[in-house]
Amino acid sequence: MAFLRVDHVSKTYPVLDDKARKGDSFVVFRKVAFEIHKGEFLSMIGHSGCGKSTLLNIIAGFDQPSEGGVILEGREITRPGLDRMVVFQSFALMPWLTAFDNVRLAVRQAHPDWSPQQVRDWTQKYINMMNLHGAENKRPAFLSGGMRQRVGLARAFAVEPKVLLLDEPFAQIDALTRGGIQEELVRMWNATRNTVFMVTHDVDEAILLSDRIALMTNGPDAELAEIIEVTIPRPRVRAALIDSPEYHRIRNHILHFLMKGAKREKHVKSPSNITDLPKTSSQLQVVGK
Amino acid sequence: MASQNLLKSKVGPYGLSLLILVVFLFVWQMSTLQPAFDSAGKTEDDLMVMEFNGDIVKDAKGNYIYNPDKVKGIPGPGKVFEKARVELGEAFVKKGANDHGIGLLVIYTIRRFLVGFIAGSVVAVLLGIIVGLSRPLYIALNPFIQVLKPISPLAWMPLLLYSIKDPYWTAILVVFMSSLWPTVANTAFGVNSIRKDYLQVSALLEMSYFRRLFQVILPAAAPTIIAGLRISFGSALVAVVPAEMLLGELGAGYLTWIEWNNLDISGVIFAILVVGVVGYALDYAFGRLAAAFTYSEV
Repeated sequence: MAFLRVDHVSKTYPVLDDKARKGDSFVVFRKVAFEIHKGEFLSMIGHSGCGKSTLLNIIAGFDQPSEGGVILEGREITRPGLDRMVVFQSFALMPWLTAFDNVRLAVRQAHPDWSPQQVRDWTQKYINMMNLHGAENKRPAFLSGGMRQRVGLARAFAVEPKVLLLDEPFAQIDALTRGGIQEELVRMWNATRNTVFMVTHDVDEAILLSDRIALMTNGPDAELAEIIEVTIPRPRVRAALIDSPEYHRIRNHILHFLMKGAKREKHVKSPSNITDLPKTSSQLQVVGK
Repeated sequence: MASQNLLKSKVGPYGLSLLILVVFLFVWQMSTLQPAFDSAGKTEDDLMVMEFNGDIVKDAKGNYIYNPDKVKGIPGPGKVFEKARVELGEAFVKKGANDHGIGLLVIYTIRRFLVGFIAGSVVAVLLGIIVGLSRPLYIALNPFIQVLKPISPLAWMPLLLYSIKDPYWTAILVVFMSSLWPTVANTAFGVNSIRKDYLQVSALLEMSYFRRLFQVILPAAAPTIIAGLRISFGSALVAVVPAEMLLGELGAGYLTWIEWNNLDISGVIFAILVVGVVGYALDYAFGRLAAAFTYSEV
């Protein structure tokens, strides 16, 4: 049985336009179905408005699906909980707490039976793992964007959730800092082998980090077009990656899809995108729909 | 150029403050100078009547001058300074039932202000949290708050005095009323408009209702609540002076009215200055306290 199953989830909103007939609804995405295995890193790419962040919110339990459901280890997700931690695009750190206290708050919630000393030690361990030395007693306002998101990652990893949900985690971080923090995420993920679902705009980031990449067509009324397997062996290093031919094949495929493939007609499931795939590559497998 | 460099130097702004003060005192002094008495054209009888009335007195040399204790118009800075020296000299002396030293009056005013303001703020913050936590309640109660907010706290005074029949508690209640609405409105708004991701984090961490309230909602709303307290603070400070005047309660505000009844204009000016200094001191103390509860937003 799959670890996390997104089972034909649709999200619709009632149309509030005056001209709309009663019961008309606006479909963000429909019948999105995929599974994530335990310890797998799956990314989702799509243009703005395809509902990928909404889907992440549904998995987190912040939002409810209009149809279908999300099942984690055989239990349907109905509300947020400590088994799924979100790393927010906006960091969502409490500005009145220091970096250390932001992480400690989460550790204390995850382990209410621990002594204060245990909580402190555990917090310190994750602060150290994210290289936040020297920043732990600063409030978020006095940290750079990269440092803030390290705190966000430390908070999420410290809880040891079953699933880690990354909502465009590096979108607000400048390109130069981003590379470093992405590699730290890879290191953390290698150490913990958490199950991760990440939503992103950044193709390079998705290839660097993911086992598989899900591509969404344009919204509204978006659909899951295909899921690409990234077979580039780990550990992946940014510098080595740019010279890898597989990297370029996958990257080109995704970019082609985003430029034209994503704009296909609604409700017509054409297998044509899949034929765009480079046939010569035996390592690039398509787990289509 | 030289004046610009002076302003940029560390003491420059303070030097400018001092200069403004000196210029102000000089203009005040010059504009309130009494003309020398001129007896020309007045008969001996006129002079006797004027002396009898106390308008003029004889100086050491036997010449008539205007009576320095009976000043027409606004008194000069020298007179006010002299008055201040006398009053501060007997700051903690009780001369009679209604004639307490200025130090005691300031203490009465601060005590009255603090009791009313703290009680009003506690009630206002609690009310604001209750209203702010529930969206329907917020919508339902907002019109009432908006109507009550602009009412001058002094407008409540006749009703309060009639209801409780005690000027001492009426004065405190006026301060209480004026500390209420801005804080209620701001607390409700602050609690109601917390950034969504803070609430999402507290939901992910499965925080209990009270932990969420005390560790997320209140800290997140703290800057807005303090901004409300600050508005309340100002209006309560403005209300306490006329409340004392109208109710005849001993205090720094009452002093201005007593001195007016005595036709002692130097005393009125001195009392005004005391009100200003007391207000500044309270505001400074509040600012220091508020700084402990504020933080930089990300």
